[in-house]
Amino acid sequence: MDFKDYYKALDVSRTASANDIKKAFRKAARKYHPDINSGADAEAKFKDVNEAYEVLKDPERRAAYDQLGKEPPQGQGRYQPPPDWDSGYEFSDAMGAQGEGGFSDFFETLFRRGAGPTAGMRAGPAADSHGRIEIAIEDSYRGAERKLSLRSPVVGPNGGVTMQDRTISVRVPKGILAGQHIRLAGQGSLGFDGGAAGDLFLEVGFTAHPVYRPDGKDLYLDLPITPWEAALGGHIVMPTPDGKVDLRIPKNARSGQKMRLKGKGLPGTPAGDIFATLKIVNPKAETEKARALFEQMAKEMPFDPRAHLEGYAK
Amino acid sequence: MKLTMMRTDIVEALSLQDLCRFCQADETWVVELVEHGVLDPIGSTSGNWRFVGTSIVRAKKARRLNRDLGINTAGIALVLDLLEERDAVLRRLAQHEAI
Repeated sequence: MDFKDYYKALDVSRTASANDIKKAFRKAARKYHPDINSGADAEAKFKDVNEAYEVLKDPERRAAYDQLGKEPPQGQGRYQPPPDWDSGYEFSDAMGAQGEGGFSDFFETLFRRGAGPTAGMRAGPAADSHGRIEIAIEDSYRGAERKLSLRSPVVGPNGGVTMQDRTISVRVPKGILAGQHIRLAGQGSLGFDGGAAGDLFLEVGFTAHPVYRPDGKDLYLDLPITPWEAALGGHIVMPTPDGKVDLRIPKNARSGQKMRLKGKGLPGTPAGDIFATLKIVNPKAETEKARALFEQMAKEMPFDPRAHLEGYAK
Repeated sequence: MKLTMMRTDIVEALSLQDLCRFCQADETWVVELVEHGVLDPIGSTSGNWRFVGTSIVRAKKARRLNRDLGINTAGIALVLDLLEERDAVLRRLAQHEAI
């Protein structure tokens, strides 16, 4: 368990007033909210900020936390709270902004230790759990299997709560889209009334793809073509996640021209499309022969791509 | 370790009650989101509303923005619209930078 510096997380001094702490929290929460900030570490930062505020906004918790002193000397490694460090303090329920995810072990140990089976969790019927899963675009074309590690609270025979880890195997259905949810019936948290467990919902996201940009069922990409393919037109073979397709390039194709490959996008009824934006790529003239060909074009083709600039000349 | 293959299904559509349970919100709040145009259910009366696709993701986002930042319904509607615009701009930007 690592020591958490809650003051650092909110970027406030240890003597900051309750009002300053609230202001710092609100500002940081806006900045790092995962729905607003899509940065990779925003979510972790947002959790830290919430956890810090959960402690520092509560005068009793803050006082207890301050008693722990500063971070233990380096090299000591894992942090152990002193025995009876919390005697004389009473903590109210710690729900609030927690929701998905939960707080660090540090928080759990200090502020939830010794509490009854329902502390920090709603008593009564089972609750749904929410999570996220990232898959490759290709996985949606074929369907995939993923192993998931889940950690859930389990009530022991003596009424204490322990965290139990388990691994489950999940089938990602074919044709799933980013933003859709997979339901795993009965895989949510267990109810504390001994009833059935809730469902587990997984929000699906696609990992960034080097070529394709997904938008719903459709995929977008830049398709490089040669100047002669663009000029002469003709058929090219294009590899897609759905297999190789034959694509007809029109004569005198332009850079930026959009080609639609109907039904080659993500599977479904109907399937999505692939939109290829043509990009004319010029070869480097590195051989004598290539230079000669370009020179011949320069000589024999009356082409001035800057003709329109004439009208704006001084 | 024993691994059992879980039965999974894609969440295609949710009723008003399902959506409330899904994002741990009450009905009045969801109705308010519909009135602000944040959610766009299929069906004429709240009794037979079906929330599909983007409405489900938007409801979840809306709930988080409300819970974590204390934003009211009108604010959520504005934030979600602006976020969508921003994401569209970022997508277009990425398209141009990729070349």
